[in-house]
Amino acid sequence: MRKILLFFVGLAGFSAIRAQETFPVNGVADKRTGTYAFTNATIVKDGQTTLQNATLLIKEGKIVAVGTTVAIPKEAVLVDCKNKYIYPSFIDIYSDYGITAPQRTAGGFNFNAPAQLTSNTKGSYAWNQAIKPETDAYKQFAIDEQKAKSLREIGFGTVLTHVKDGIARGTGSIVTLATNRENLVMLKEKASSHFSLNKGSSTQSYPSSVMGSIALLRQTYLDAQWYKSKPSTEGINISLQAFNDNASLPQIFEGDDKWTDLRADRIGDEFGVQYIIKAGGNEYQRINEIAATKATFIVPLNFPQAMDVEDPNDARAVSLADMKHWELAPTNAAAFEKANISFCLTASDLRDTKQFLANVRKAIDNGLTEAKAFEALTKTPATLLNIFDKVGSLETGKLANFIITSGPIFKDNITVFSNWVQGEKYAVNESGWNEIKGTYALNINSATAGTSISYTVDVKNSTTASVIGKDTLAGKISFDGKIIKLSFALTPQRTPAFNRGGGMMPDMPSGGFGGRGGAALANSNAKQIRLTGFVSGDTWNGYGEDTLGNKLSWTATLTKAATATTDSTKPKPAAKPLAKITYPFDGYGNEELPKQENIIIKNTTVWTNEKEGVLQNTDVLVKAGKIVKIGKSLSEDGAKVIDGTGKHLTAGIIDEHSHIAAASINEGAQSVTSEVRIADNLNPEDINIYRQLSGGVTSSHILHGSANTIGGQTQLIKLRWGTDDNGLKFQNWDPFIKFALGENVKRTTSQNNNRFPDTRMGVEEVLNDAFARAKDYEAAMKADPKGTRRDLELDALVEILNKKRFITCHSYVQSEITAAMRIGDKYGFKFNTFTHILEGYKVADKMKVHGSNASTFSDWWAYKMEVQDAIAYNAAIMQKVGLNVCINSDDAEMARRLNQEAAKVVKYGGVSEEEALKMVTLNPAKALHVADRVGSIKTGKDADLVLWSDHPLSIYAMSLYTIVDGTIFFSREKDLEQRKKIATERNRLIQKMIAEKRTGGPGAVRPAEPSWQFILSCGDHDHKDGLYTVDIQEEDIINK
Amino acid sequence: MKKTILNIAALLMLSSAIKAQETVYPAKEYKGKLFIKNGTVHVGNGTVLEKTTIAVENGKIVAVGSSITIPSGDVKVIDATGKNVYPGLILPSTDLGLREIANGVRGSNDFQELGDYNTNIRSVVAYNTDSKITGTLRANGILLASITPEGGVISGSSSVVQLDAWNWEDAAYKYDNAIHLNIPSFLQRFGRRGGGGIPPAILAQLGLGIRGGNAEDPNKVAVEKMEEIKSFFRQAKAYLQEPVHKNVNLKFEAVKALFDKKQKLFAHADQVKQILAAIDLAKEFGFDLTIIGGVESWQIADVLKANNVSVILNQEHELPAMEDDDIDQPYKTPAALQKAGVLFALNDNDANSRSRNLSFNAGTAVAYGLNKEQALQAITLNSAKILGIDDKTGSLEVGKDANIVVAEGDILDMKSSNVEHALIQGREVSLDNKQKQLYERYKYKYGIN
Repeated sequence: MRKILLFFVGLAGFSAIRAQETFPVNGVADKRTGTYAFTNATIVKDGQTTLQNATLLIKEGKIVAVGTTVAIPKEAVLVDCKNKYIYPSFIDIYSDYGITAPQRTAGGFNFNAPAQLTSNTKGSYAWNQAIKPETDAYKQFAIDEQKAKSLREIGFGTVLTHVKDGIARGTGSIVTLATNRENLVMLKEKASSHFSLNKGSSTQSYPSSVMGSIALLRQTYLDAQWYKSKPSTEGINISLQAFNDNASLPQIFEGDDKWTDLRADRIGDEFGVQYIIKAGGNEYQRINEIAATKATFIVPLNFPQAMDVEDPNDARAVSLADMKHWELAPTNAAAFEKANISFCLTASDLRDTKQFLANVRKAIDNGLTEAKAFEALTKTPATLLNIFDKVGSLETGKLANFIITSGPIFKDNITVFSNWVQGEKYAVNESGWNEIKGTYALNINSATAGTSISYTVDVKNSTTASVIGKDTLAGKISFDGKIIKLSFALTPQRTPAFNRGGGMMPDMPSGGFGGRGGAALANSNAKQIRLTGFVSGDTWNGYGEDTLGNKLSWTATLTKAATATTDSTKPKPAAKPLAKITYPFDGYGNEELPKQENIIIKNTTVWTNEKEGVLQNTDVLVKAGKIVKIGKSLSEDGAKVIDGTGKHLTAGIIDEHSHIAAASINEGAQSVTSEVRIADNLNPEDINIYRQLSGGVTSSHILHGSANTIGGQTQLIKLRWGTDDNGLKFQNWDPFIKFALGENVKRTTSQNNNRFPDTRMGVEEVLNDAFARAKDYEAAMKADPKGTRRDLELDALVEILNKKRFITCHSYVQSEITAAMRIGDKYGFKFNTFTHILEGYKVADKMKVHGSNASTFSDWWAYKMEVQDAIAYNAAIMQKVGLNVCINSDDAEMARRLNQEAAKVVKYGGVSEEEALKMVTLNPAKALHVADRVGSIKTGKDADLVLWSDHPLSIYAMSLYTIVDGTIFFSREKDLEQRKKIATERNRLIQKMIAEKRTGGPGAVRPAEPSWQFILSCGDHDHKDGLYTVDIQEEDIINK
Repeated sequence: MKKTILNIAALLMLSSAIKAQETVYPAKEYKGKLFIKNGTVHVGNGTVLEKTTIAVENGKIVAVGSSITIPSGDVKVIDATGKNVYPGLILPSTDLGLREIANGVRGSNDFQELGDYNTNIRSVVAYNTDSKITGTLRANGILLASITPEGGVISGSSSVVQLDAWNWEDAAYKYDNAIHLNIPSFLQRFGRRGGGGIPPAILAQLGLGIRGGNAEDPNKVAVEKMEEIKSFFRQAKAYLQEPVHKNVNLKFEAVKALFDKKQKLFAHADQVKQILAAIDLAKEFGFDLTIIGGVESWQIADVLKANNVSVILNQEHELPAMEDDDIDQPYKTPAALQKAGVLFALNDNDANSRSRNLSFNAGTAVAYGLNKEQALQAITLNSAKILGIDDKTGSLEVGKDANIVVAEGDILDMKSSNVEHALIQGREVSLDNKQKQLYERYKYKYGIN
């Protein structure tokens, strides 16, 4: 049976199999059936079935038969696939192949640009430029030869492509990677609906935060629902219509980070949608939470490159978390498999598409099974997209989409020979297709001399052969699948015959050996022979010359085929990564969360914050997270005993005004954004949680920033370091919302503000208008709950009117404070807390009548115009007038020293020490409506406690233990151990990266990238950030 | 024979009178004798003297001892029994008097001039003695400050002022003590401090954008910039060697004192590489070098010591530089420098409390490794040495100016400290300020104490 020369079969970019009916033919009709039989192959039909010595029969772009007993019709072109593997080609479910995504111009930020309040998209579309569900990939799709080629080379045959831009991104389209007409490669024009939290190319200011993106998407779900009734007030809204039309498709959400994945899933839960979530690559760090979503994931293999950390200064700027991620990223896919999470793999996010198969192998080396990898590239995506009837396995009736490889696809050094898409062949790398190993009879004729000589050629591999005549000569072969070249010296070499590199053997002097092997040729002085020819099945024919220029003809015939050898050079599996997953993934994270304990703190000074005052030589017993006993000589079996002799125990510090532990803080693009929620974007991995625990903080009220008059909904958290975002939340608390007045909301520092309001006069009217609208909305909802558009922004305001949500209001000067209270009076609600409130001392009496709490700084002033009259005696005056006064941080650094800030109230204004301490413990608990559970040391309350080394108001005091719910989340002792661990682990990874640089060859490492921490702030004042910290303020984001 | 005894009651009486800050007068010159009697004297050089009296005459300290007899006659006596007596605290680098309102009010700002090589810019000529902030500093024992211009590559020269004066000439304590050089960053800076926006990777995390291209290697940029700075000084040096000039170059003239070692080079640098670059520059020109900032100075404390480089730690109450750093690193940096024998001073650069917490920065350093007298020295004598005024002030020693603070409680700990008296050059200065006056005003409104 003759081997077929595959390269003659390939068709370049034109399909005769599936010409399109409507298109006229320029020339002569050339319809073909494209019937091929691939025989003798190892066919991997699907994850379960692998057939040996089998045949695949295709016709007209489809599979006609697969099996070991396939009858081959005469019209079939035979392709012998002996020793070759055939797989269904892969499916990439997350691609933008053939789509040109709109790009924002890269570059710096214009801090002074005015806000863009409305969409720049012309037409009857959604109000927001990032909502574009009307986008259909199939309308934009155009074949991209280059990209198709690069995807085929790594085994893909089908992709789901979509426009990766915006929050609601529209529909994706399934196309094959064939490159004939667009019309013919499209398998499904609307196959999926896509989302993200990234506004992409939208230039509109809103949303300017993660929580804003979430709120926008939630509101869009509600609006789309409402639009179904065709409300006349909305007119025609193409975007909402499309949003509804797309709802029945598979819904795919770009997560890109473990926390974003969870945020996305929660949006889905709210609206009854189970998204397929595109992962980011770090999900292994929270795999349990990821599994709990029950979503199917699309996992990229974008493993980070090692960094160049030879320079210790550069190394210092790279965090342990980033280095650990470098080591552990290849375990991500295995983590999904181990956790039994359904997932697909994608080639998206790769720096270099060519890396894909290598990275799959790397994932396999790190625990992913080959079967799962295969499924994740075939059946899983096909099933998700409801196209398993067409692609994803090799079965009769499916598309002829398959790849032919030199061996098991996930092994090292495997060649993809060709990738067939819809029955058409696309060659990838066929140089190794024809097996040339074996023994040949070689005859070389010299026409000039009329002589002929015979050799036996033993072809060892595609580059080397032994040419055996009188002597055994080393030959060099090159074979590209078409043309073969063979050269050999006529004298034996002393060096070993086989040179793995395949390089030319050195041309040895012919001296002592006499060149006898070539004596019969035209001239015995010839040193070397060069032959070139074509391979025709088992016979080679060609032409050649020797070193003297004599013309030769030659023939070689296979006499004995090489016995098939399996590749036994399986590399040793890569060393298992050593880095541990910690919670959080920071250096200061723990491999296991600290546990709740029964604890007795013995013989200490207890600042109760209750009528008992300060108790000397007292014990406090903590059980099951609560304070159960306060007294002398307490004991409890099995309880951990902490000696408090000479030390002071207080309730944990509660920071009424904090901006830590969130992915975004300000949604400042509009003046009213009550729809956004800090809770939607908590970041439990913020190192400042741990640092603040070390300063005795146990609860923090995470506020929206002060960019706008009515900001977002706040979240009270407990500093449970290592838990996930839900674990941080303070359970069962009255929800709050942040308001703000004055300079920030009128955007004083912006040179050309165009957002209403620009004065305090306008600020008051923003409030007036918002609540007027809220009241009307409430009435409308009551009257016509179905016909009224549900408005998340107004929902929150209605809650305020109904005393179900409470306000903490950023405020400075007396005029605005009074004006705000009058709005409250008008609409029947009160401003629960005024925060900052640096002129509170001027209107403390009015605030008392209104019923507000005050939460202020101890001694800040003169950082902007509206704090020129701020005084350090503010807290003392307000307290003496009878307000409940808190001292807050609003600063990630100062929050570590809030006890000292409270001490300043003793210094400035002579408040008693006990009352001063309450300003950072019990008083904020009261202001936040949680004083029944925290804020003092009282039987039955939560065991949120701090054991101080010294008087708690003293600058010399340090927290030795910070306890939340009876769990020791910080201890000085353990902290010191942790530092050593960090140093050891950092050093290990730095050495490993340096080794990678030295052995990995050029391009193995990228320049060290400092692990910037970003501090989000209210945009109110300067911050005392660290060297590698970026302070992101409101305008930076709004105007970008 | 009337002793003028200023006590708390008198002070309270003084401040309870409702009046505007404009009636807080600089104290008149006092040439006579004054005794601070029987206090716990913290000399500023590490020594503590119990039950000790300080004698002042003609604005200078003339005696310090436990057996000083207070003469009868026209002398002032401050009874410091049970109180702590400290040298006047020194704020070693500040925008006081140049920047009244930190943000948003351009008209109140005179701290940053246009241009790159502003060697000839002098902060003292714009120093506003009537700043409302000054009074809040005096009330916390800060009696001297070095006023620092900002911006550019070389910002200009600072001058030391005393904080109780009618005008800047009156305030000047030492003119042009140092030239301020900003060492270029060896990190690609983002955000507020260095401009340039938000790192693309962070924007991506925020869901706000696309990843940008790679910027130029910041190390290379910084080294080139340093070379440019050196080139400036090389040209200045050559210029200064020539006695006569056809065209006077004010920028070169302004660095003469630097080459003559009559003036110091204050290099603003936080990163290790910045500090090393500053040392390299100072070596080439033989400048007397102080590092201001010094966030990472603890990493190369030995190098600083070996090169005789002093440090002003700008902001001890700061977050650790790196996520993985010891959580208390900024707090314990002073102890690291102390241990290595580096001459260092503490500063309070806080833009929100406006520098009034200088002594509490020192207090934090005590909690994290210094002893109290070392910490005090870091805000008194060390600062004086670094600013080049230790011949006149910084410690309570005979011959020095009577810049003295008498406090109830421990001045390093806000829990207990209250400054009761302050003397600048022997003049008892007012501790009243705008904030106290507003306090009185509203106590009056509400009828509270």
